[in-house]
Amino acid sequence: MSESQKTIEIEVLRYHPEKDKEPHKQVFEVPFTDDMSVLQGVQYIKDYLDGSLSFRWSCRMAICGSCGMMINGEPSLSCQTFLRDFYPARVRVEALSHFPIERDLVVNIEGFIEKLESIQPYIIPKEPRTLAQGEYLQTPEQLNAYEQFSSCINCLLCYAACPQFGLNPSFIGPAATALLHRYNVDSRDGGKAERMELVNSEEGVFNCTAVGYCSEVCPKQVDPANAVNQNKTNSAADYFLRFLTPKGGAK
Amino acid sequence: MNKRRPYVRSMDGWWKKNPFFVEYMIHEGTALFVAAYAGILLFGLLRLAQGEAAWNAWLSAMKNPWYIGFQVLALIALTYHTYTWFKIMPRTMPPVVVGGQRLSAWAITGSGLAVAAAACLGLLALVWGMAR
Ligand code: SF4
Ligand code: FES
Repeated sequence: MSESQKTIEIEVLRYHPEKDKEPHKQVFEVPFTDDMSVLQGVQYIKDYLDGSLSFRWSCRMAICGSCGMMINGEPSLSCQTFLRDFYPARVRVEALSHFPIERDLVVNIEGFIEKLESIQPYIIPKEPRTLAQGEYLQTPEQLNAYEQFSSCINCLLCYAACPQFGLNPSFIGPAATALLHRYNVDSRDGGKAERMELVNSEEGVFNCTAVGYCSEVCPKQVDPANAVNQNKTNSAADYFLRFLTPKGGAK
Repeated sequence: MNKRRPYVRSMDGWWKKNPFFVEYMIHEGTALFVAAYAGILLFGLLRLAQGEAAWNAWLSAMKNPWYIGFQVLALIALTYHTYTWFKIMPRTMPPVVVGGQRLSAWAITGSGLAVAAAACLGLLALVWGMAR
């Protein structure tokens, strides 16, 4: 490191379950250039200052969704957040809020994986279809209905932005609901009735109090708050429709 | 032995931890003024049903500076509540497609606010007209 090298302080919330009772802060002095992402900053720490620092990353181009962290208290992808936006002040880095900390910046996402499974994130055909019938055709309007909700990269920033999920971790939450909605409004899908049971349940959309921060922090403009709130209407319709139709609707 | 010991952070004081949440609590808090003001109006209606003397007593009670102060405060709170209500509205409704184009969030918020303003002014004009 040359004398003239600029440096920036990165404060990391550390937690090693085998020796720490609770998380604690540690400050590192990292060489700074103005093209460095926060992810590159923590990578420098791991490579040169403290090899025991744990964090997730892969693509470093806002596609894989694995590098989410609280950066100065905001849920952010660390690969697309730049140190120059904070320099010369210190940057605070912490594991994503509302998830249990597994180790340092790594959170436990098992709960989310279970939710993802529970929404059946695949097309459930309305009726069996043979190969000979060929591919499904969709109009641009039919594609428009779900396209935005299919851009989710499962980065979980929206969960770290949702206080209702923090207070009640069983709430199915923004991204899983957005994906659920993505399949429900797909013209090829016939699984809506099954998925609505989840929407209407205790874990469902009515946990949401329209804070709206999830959609603010989403790096892919999925607008998960919109999916959740549209399904409040759908759920209410489901509830009242059961008085009109002998079967189906809310239980 | 399993070395895993996932650490769960406390949610105490969560709403103070982010400016977005502080604003959320403020705009939710203004709903209390909406409820309080509705309560006052309903009470006025009750007094009206009880006859002229009761109604006049309620009217003069309303002239108390404390009540007037509260009404000014309630007006400010309600205005802010209305603004935040329509600001979040685009996130809560299905997409509105006009002429093949999806209506922008600001167009939805703007028309909501315009309708609210028109309704208030219309009501004011109506009451003004009746009172003259
Ligand atoms: S909805 Fe947005 S913020 Fe939430 S997981 Fe998907 S991409 Fe991330
Ligand atoms: S490293 Fe893949 S999204 Fe940041």
